[in-house]
Amino acid sequence: MSFDIPDDRRYLESHEWGHDDDGTVRVGITDFAQDELGDVVFVELPDEGDALTQEEQFGVIESIKAVSDLYAPVSGEVTAVNEALFDAPELVNDDPFGEGWMLEIDADDADELEALLSADEYEEQIA
Amino acid sequence: MSDDREDLEDARDDEQVRYDQARYVEDGQYEPLLSEKDLTRVEIGGRDGESSGDADDAATDSPLPDDLTRDALELPELSEPELARHYTRLSQMIYGIDSGPYPLGSCTMKYNPKFTEDVAALSSAAVHPDRSERSVQGTLELLYRLQDYLGRIGGMDAVTLQPPAGAAGEFVGIRVAAAYHEHEGEGHRDEVIVPESAHGTNFATAALGGYDVVSLPSDDDGRVDLEALEAALSENTAALMLTNPNTLGLFERDIEEIAELVHDAGGLLYYDGANLNALLGRARPGDMGFDVMHYNVHKTFATPHGGGGPGAGPVGVVEELAPFLPAPRVREATDADGSSGTETSYELFDPEHTIGTVHGYQGNWLVLIKAFAYIARLGDEGLADASAKAVLNANYLASRIEYEVPYEPFHHEFVASAGDQDAADVAKRMLDYGVHPPTTKWPEIVSEALMTEPTEVESRETLDRLAAAFNAVAEEDDETLEAAPDRTTARRIDQTSAARSPRLSWHALADRDE
Repeated sequence: MSFDIPDDRRYLESHEWGHDDDGTVRVGITDFAQDELGDVVFVELPDEGDALTQEEQFGVIESIKAVSDLYAPVSGEVTAVNEALFDAPELVNDDPFGEGWMLEIDADDADELEALLSADEYEEQIA
Repeated sequence: MSDDREDLEDARDDEQVRYDQARYVEDGQYEPLLSEKDLTRVEIGGRDGESSGDADDAATDSPLPDDLTRDALELPELSEPELARHYTRLSQMIYGIDSGPYPLGSCTMKYNPKFTEDVAALSSAAVHPDRSERSVQGTLELLYRLQDYLGRIGGMDAVTLQPPAGAAGEFVGIRVAAAYHEHEGEGHRDEVIVPESAHGTNFATAALGGYDVVSLPSDDDGRVDLEALEAALSENTAALMLTNPNTLGLFERDIEEIAELVHDAGGLLYYDGANLNALLGRARPGDMGFDVMHYNVHKTFATPHGGGGPGAGPVGVVEELAPFLPAPRVREATDADGSSGTETSYELFDPEHTIGTVHGYQGNWLVLIKAFAYIARLGDEGLADASAKAVLNANYLASRIEYEVPYEPFHHEFVASAGDQDAADVAKRMLDYGVHPPTTKWPEIVSEALMTEPTEVESRETLDRLAAAFNAVAEEDDETLEAAPDRTTARRIDQTSAARSPRLSWHALADRDE
């Protein structure tokens, strides 16, 4: 089975992605992660305005199989939370890199992402 | 085939004929319909839409404001036999310990002997809790003796019967420990250590008690890692919560050293009574160095289990902690001159530094009667025999199943691994073989865990039947497992929908039907 791994973003070993758009970093989990978790039933996210540090836990995701912590790919302030997930957590399964996004972070330093895994490196990790 | 029969077949095809208790399978065969999904016989608001009696007239004449009156009472109209059949059918749709073996590991789902119900149903047991002590001496004596029995079974010096459940017992135990530390000027202790394989209630109890939870990893043998324990202990340690044998059914061999380490650090040792069934009459938590424990009377002493109670979770403590137990407790009364009277009498009293009252009166009295009756009937030898058979049954069953059991030697329960199969699917498939499955996917230390505790009450024949179910499922392919169960009243549950949009009351059901 092969998984989508877009090469326009960076990855944490714990399966979160961060996509930089001019200093605003969008955050979600990978296709592989949603497949491993199975049907997602609940997502707990921080509030707008919360400050996060890279690799700090920012939330919790619950599926019918497991509960997992979510980690921030970059430091900064939370500027947007995908509230659609509260009513429709299945978006994480259906479209993990798109509609299933979780946060937008106003990054203190978007270059922090460079330290994370590239798409190729992430693909190697989950192989 | 007679004409009548043909008519019946045709009617069936048209779904015009409905049976209350059977459904057509094939070739003229019917099977019992264990379902109440067809609610045509349980109408709300009266048969055929008629309103009840003369409600209309009554409402017209009422002096009450209109918004406080109604035209009809919405009550089901059923005859007694219809009602009896309704509830009997519901009872047939479930599986309980009265239906067959129930090997849920760590839960100790053992059979409750019916004589205990008889004892609790005696009219002399129906006493009002506010009656004067002088007029309920028998009640107080029973409570006193049960305190004594439990104390001797656990090796504890004092017992409260008040907590209404095991988890409530845990909470009381931790509150008592906190009160003790506070009294000793050690109120700064703010950590409780819990092994990672412990019951979820332990973590919750510590957190609810206001403590920070320190999680303790297991060593390679599945027991407490002494080095990790030493590292976790500090001047901030209030207690270590432990069950022994542990969740894998393994005896913590180093318990004396564990107790010494905890006590040297100034902490208390808490015993979770969940696995007491393995020790009855053979070893006592108090002798191992535990300071406080709770008893799951619904696991160990055959009082009703599950269903939301009422239950009981007595707590035992060593002498130093006795003054902090909940109030009231029962003791032998002494005369004014300090001597016992000619006849022993009993009285309620409040321990000196009590943490207060945690439940009404002396706890759930009728549940406590059942625990007392069970212990009194079995006696010392009977209790020791119960634990011996609990351990024997677990070991016999484990030897008969094909799934691997990675951790040994276990006692009253064992944790097998479903290997490449999904433990939850294995459990659902076991239902198709007419037995209850074990606890699954926990503890996480064993991959795809099947945590199994047959209890002492099952015969060898029943254990063989249980083993046959395990082994039949072990041979089956994923497709079969993922489609299971297919022989039960309720089939595969849609867990995703249940979690995403749960129906939490009958209102949700009514909304769906509209």
